[in-house]
Amino acid sequence: MATEPEAAEPVVPSLVDRYFTRWYKPESHPVLQSGKTIKSISYQISTNCSRLQNKVSGKFKRGAQFLTELAPLCKIYCSDGEEYTVSSCVRGRLMEVNENILHKPSILQEKPSTEGYIAVVLPKFEESKSITEGLLTQKQYEEVMVKRINATTATS
Amino acid sequence: MFPLTEENKHVAQLLLNTGTCPRCIFRFCGVDFHAPYKLPYKELLNELQKFLETEKDELILEVMNPPPKKIRLQELEDSIDNLSQNGEGRISVSHVGSTASKNSNLNVCNVCLGILQEFCEKDFIKKVCQKVEASGFEFTSLVFSVSFPPQLSVREHAAWLLVKQEMGKQSLSLGRDDIVQLKEAYKWITHPLFSEELGVPIDGKSLFEVSVVFAHPETVEDCHFLAAICPDCFKPAKNKQSVFTRMAVMKALNKIKEEDFLKQFPCPPNSPKAVCAVLEIECAHGAVFVAGRYNKYSRNLPQTPWIIDGERKLESSVEELISDHLLAVFKAESFNFSSSGREDVDVRTLGNGRPFAIELVNPHRVHFTSQEIKELQQKINNSSNKIQVRDLQLVTREAIGHMKEGEEEKTKTYSALIWTNKAIQKKDIEFLNDIKDLKIDQKTPLRVLHRRPLAVRARVIHFMETHYIKEFVHGDFGRTKPNIGSLMNVTADILELDVESVDVDWPPALDD
Repeated sequence: MATEPEAAEPVVPSLVDRYFTRWYKPESHPVLQSGKTIKSISYQISTNCSRLQNKVSGKFKRGAQFLTELAPLCKIYCSDGEEYTVSSCVRGRLMEVNENILHKPSILQEKPSTEGYIAVVLPKFEESKSITEGLLTQKQYEEVMVKRINATTATS
Repeated sequence: MFPLTEENKHVAQLLLNTGTCPRCIFRFCGVDFHAPYKLPYKELLNELQKFLETEKDELILEVMNPPPKKIRLQELEDSIDNLSQNGEGRISVSHVGSTASKNSNLNVCNVCLGILQEFCEKDFIKKVCQKVEASGFEFTSLVFSVSFPPQLSVREHAAWLLVKQEMGKQSLSLGRDDIVQLKEAYKWITHPLFSEELGVPIDGKSLFEVSVVFAHPETVEDCHFLAAICPDCFKPAKNKQSVFTRMAVMKALNKIKEEDFLKQFPCPPNSPKAVCAVLEIECAHGAVFVAGRYNKYSRNLPQTPWIIDGERKLESSVEELISDHLLAVFKAESFNFSSSGREDVDVRTLGNGRPFAIELVNPHRVHFTSQEIKELQQKINNSSNKIQVRDLQLVTREAIGHMKEGEEEKTKTYSALIWTNKAIQKKDIEFLNDIKDLKIDQKTPLRVLHRRPLAVRARVIHFMETHYIKEFVHGDFGRTKPNIGSLMNVTADILELDVESVDVDWPPALDD
């Protein structure tokens, strides 16, 4: 028997939710699933391209590497031998990548919404509205995930 | 006393004959004191004619023997003409000249196009002053600026060449610099008339400006030949309609050779049909500045209006709550608000408040007693509980510089309400007391990254003060290091921020 939920404490929106809006791809990345340990992360995505070389200058952010949705951002190497490439998922110019996850890869899993970020991308001004088409809001994402979990439990 | 002497007679007669007005004649004879120019036009004309006619009387005495007692002017002139044709007598008073001198009170001056005729006299000045009074400006002095059509410089140049040639015959030594400038003579005459009519002195430093612009459409093309001869003087400027500006025309006249000029422009200049037209009479008052300090008690008020895509996102702003009252009382056209730094929408400004300055553009009312300013301050404070102002005062433009110093160099004190994910004890934050000069590396905060360059700024905290203090508390995704969270080994977030003081000692505190 489900108990009545306790009266909810007033929730102060987190930093992320105060200044940003969360958008999701309808996926759940294996790296964030329990049991995985990240051995290392690399921004060297090809022989000639390292995201660490991204240098941006001035108010207009000249020199930034341009990213398409499928452009690789980093490679994640897990202790079980699995290798994952994380792609940009959004079009825009690369502002910076998070060097902190190179030194301490676990924060990607521990603090995925704050210190464990991978990259900061600036979309083209004209595309700033259309960029979220095809992405889910937090609510939509949670609904999709719940459905999937129910589907998996139903079939098992 | 008539200002012209014997040696001026030839030049004066020549100019009068060719259609030049008495005041311009004075200018070309180097008359450099004000009094003669101020006499009424008709009187000047009569005096001039009388002055020139004495010449003829002298001539009679010289060439007629015995001197005739009664002789008509016409016969006299005829005989004089005959004489000059015979080569006797240096002076030639031509028939054409005399008729011209009789009719010249009707002619528009071929040099000044009427500027030193009707446009410097009382009736016109009265008309201008009526407009000034109707404009509703409050003023205790004024500066008068007048703008003449560029083709006047061309005519002036032609007249000068004519005079130079005539003087050369007499070996007179009047130089170009001895010629009185048109604008100078115009101001000699009009300044006292303005002062008398409006009851205020003319002061070059006055903030209140009355400007009159003249044009002469009939002769607009007089300058055009200069563009063909000196093309490099006339570069098309984007904001000006015509490429023939006064500066450009003057430059070309300095460059052009005398022979080339005389080939293209009549010397003496021809007489126009109409006088100049008045293009505009405008009044404007230079900006005045009001400074003070403001407190902000609302966590929902931006400093400047927050409008995106024409839609206002939050009601009102600090700027509007203060400036709207000033705009009304000073009856100004518009304002520019600036302050020593700024705070976010959700941050309060306590203590003595933040210094600000407001520039009021083209104010119609400028004189206020300190009592009136105090009342204005009270009015602003009564009108809103979101902001309060103090030390409201009039300041000079130069003083504004003090305020901007405060942004970078001076210190500010903040107090913040912080949330941590773990309960903390007093001892956990004792380390804050020991930190005197904490060095932090801060990347441009994400929330302003779209409009500021990406950079890492080293900052030193004195007694726990800093810019972008919110980022110091929550760490901005780990991009501000160290931060409160890292120093205390917790996750921290900022709930409320107040500015406790902005340590700039300007504007001067007033005792209320």
